[in-house]
Amino acid sequence: MTEQRTEPHSAAATNGAEGADGALLDARNISKVFGGLVAVNDVDFRVPPGAIVSLIGPNGAGKTTFFNCLTGLYRPTTGRVVFDGQNITAKRADLVTRAGIARTFQNIKLFRTMTSTENVQVGMHARLRSRMTGMVLRTPFNRREEKESYEKARELLREVGLKRHNELAMNLPYGDQRRLEIARALASDPKLLLLDEPTAGMNPQESEELRRLMDKLRSERGISVLLIEHDMKVVMNVSDRITVLDHGEKIAEGSPTEVRANPRVIEAYLGSQA
Amino acid sequence: MSTAVATLRTNAASVRRLLPGWVWGLVFVALAILYPYILDYMMTSPDDLLDASIQTLGYIIMALGLNIVVGFAGLLDLGYVAFYAIGAFVIGWLGSQQFPDVNGGKGIHILRPSESAFGSALPGIHINFFLVIFIAAAFTAIWGAILGAPTLRLRGDYLAIVTLAFGEIVPRVFENSTSGFLGIGHTDFSNGRQGITPIDKINLPWTNETFKYPLELKPVYFVGLGMVLLVIFFNRRLRDSRMGRAWIAVREDEVAAAAMGVNLVRTKLWAYAIGAALGGFAGVFLGTYNNTVNVDQFEFGFSVFILAMVIVGGMGNIWGVILGAIALSMMNRYGLKQLNSLPDRFGLDFDVTSINFGIFGFFLLVMMVLRPEGLLPSRRRKLELHGEPDEADHVGSESDHALYEVRQA
Repeated sequence: MTEQRTEPHSAAATNGAEGADGALLDARNISKVFGGLVAVNDVDFRVPPGAIVSLIGPNGAGKTTFFNCLTGLYRPTTGRVVFDGQNITAKRADLVTRAGIARTFQNIKLFRTMTSTENVQVGMHARLRSRMTGMVLRTPFNRREEKESYEKARELLREVGLKRHNELAMNLPYGDQRRLEIARALASDPKLLLLDEPTAGMNPQESEELRRLMDKLRSERGISVLLIEHDMKVVMNVSDRITVLDHGEKIAEGSPTEVRANPRVIEAYLGSQA
Repeated sequence: MSTAVATLRTNAASVRRLLPGWVWGLVFVALAILYPYILDYMMTSPDDLLDASIQTLGYIIMALGLNIVVGFAGLLDLGYVAFYAIGAFVIGWLGSQQFPDVNGGKGIHILRPSESAFGSALPGIHINFFLVIFIAAAFTAIWGAILGAPTLRLRGDYLAIVTLAFGEIVPRVFENSTSGFLGIGHTDFSNGRQGITPIDKINLPWTNETFKYPLELKPVYFVGLGMVLLVIFFNRRLRDSRMGRAWIAVREDEVAAAAMGVNLVRTKLWAYAIGAALGGFAGVFLGTYNNTVNVDQFEFGFSVFILAMVIVGGMGNIWGVILGAIALSMMNRYGLKQLNSLPDRFGLDFDVTSINFGIFGFFLLVMMVLRPEGLLPSRRRKLELHGEPDEADHVGSESDHALYEVRQA
C-alpha cells in the first residue's frame, strides 16, 4: 500500500532543487488584495517535510484566502510559492494538485449527487491514466485501473472511518461529509494535505479520531499537514509549528508553547488589555 | 392518487427486477429489430410510421449527444443544431454532385459505384456512407471543440446565450455562402438557400447496390438502429469511466473538481467535442435519408426540440433520453396533426402548426411543474430535485463560485 502511494512522486523528489532549507512548501511574500482590501499581507510561510503545521487566527484573518493562494484558486497579488522544488505560483488548481498538494474546503464542497466511493475516485483523477480510447474500448489496462481505483477508494474510506460507501454525498451526516472530504483529498496521493477547519461541527471524540488520523498519515506515509483550525485543543496537541495570522498579517510563529505565550497572539484573540 | 402512483412504482420496480439488466437490454434490442416486421404485420400501410421511426432514430442519436454536454457535464447548449448542420453538410460535400469539377470532372469514388444508372461517369465526390459518418464525426468534433473553447469561462445563462449565437451563426454561414468562396471549381460549398440535393443513397461497402428508400425503408431503419446502438454503447462506456466521473464532478462543483486535479478545460472540451461528434453522426444519417441538406432544416427551434427531448426524457439518463426523443418526435409528427383538426371542429379558422413551438413550450412547462426530473430520471437527478432539503443544506452553498478565480487559460 505505502510503496504504491509513494511511487508517483519519486521522480519529482529526486529532482532535488527543493525550496530553501529543504522545506516542502516555501511561500514568500504572499499578498492578496481584493480591490482596496488587503486580505493577506506579505506573509512568509514554510512547511518542513513531514511536519504538521497549523495556521490560526481570528475570523477574517485571511487564513482561507492564504490557502486559496497556495492551491491555485486565487492568484496571489505578490509572492512566490515553491513546492517540492517546483514553482507553483499562480498555477492552475489541477496542476497544483498534480504536483502533490491536496485540500479540503471549509464549507464542504463534495460532489453531492455522487456516492462516497465515486467522490474519492474523482480525487484520484490526476493519478489515473486511462485515455479516451481506452475508456470506450475498455482495454485490459483501463479495466484494471478502474478496479484498482475502486478498491483503493474503498480502502481510503475505511481508513477515514466512513462506512457508508454507496451513499450519495448529500445524504451523509455532517461528520461523515468532513471525513469524505479528507478521503477524497488523500486519493490524489498528496505530499502535503491542506485541511481547512476539518473539525468544525465534529464532537470531541471525532476530533480526537481526526488527530490520530493526522498523526498516522505523517508517520506511515510521510504526508505533511497544513491545518486551519479553531479548536485550540486540537491545534496545540497536534502541531509541530503554529503560525498566527491577524488582519492578513503574520503576527507570530513558533512551537505551540511559544505561540501560547506570545502577547500579540493573546491580544489578537482576547483583545488588548485596557 | 399518490398511493396508486406508489403501487405502480413498486410494481414497475418488481417487474424490472425479474431479469438482470443486460437481459432487458437484449429484449429491447430484439424488439427494435423486429419492430418493422411487427408494423408490417399489424398495419396495412406501415411506411409512414416507419419513416417517422427512422427520423426518430436520427433524433435519438442527437439527443444522446446533447445529453453528454447538458446531462453529464452540465453545460447548457442551445446551439446544438450547428453540429447537425455541419454533419449534414459533410455528407453533402462527400456524397453528392456538389463539386462536379473535382478530378477533372471524373469525380472521386470510394466504395461507391462510379457510374450513374445510365452508364455515364458520375462527377463529384462520392464516398461510402459508412466512411462518411466517421469522417463527419471527427470533423464536427473538431468544430465542437473550436466553438466550445470561447465558452469555457462562462456559466449558466451566459453560456446558453453564446451557444445560442453559435447555433445561429453556423447555418447563416451556409445560407449566405453563395459567392463561390471556399468552393471547389465553379461551385461554392453550400449552394446557399437551395442547399445540396440529391444526396447519394446508402450502399453497403462491399456492393454497388444502393438502398431503395423511400420505396423500401427497412434497410435504412437497420442502419439507423445500428448507429443508435453504437452511440448507446459509447455513451454507457463514457458515463462509467474516469471522464464520466469528471464530467459529473464539473457539473456538481467546478471549484472542487479543479482542486481534485480535474483539468476543467480538457474535460469540458471533450464533452463538447463528443456531443458535437454525435450531432454530426446524426446529421449525416438524416441528410442522406432526407436526400437533401438545406439550411431550413437547421433552425433554432430544432436545438430547442432536441434539448426538450433530453429534459423531458430525464437529463443524464440514457434510457430516459431515448424515451424523450421517441415521445417528442412522435408527438411532433402525429400529435400536432390531431390538434390541427381541433379549431375546425369549433368552426375556427386557425392553423395550429403556426404555434407549434408554443405548444411544445406549454408541454415543457407542464412537465417542469409535474415532473421536473423527466420521464425516466437518472438516480442523481431525482435526488437532486427531491432530496430532503434539510440534509442538503449541510453541503456548502453553490453561490460562492464567483469568489474563486479558477483560471482556465
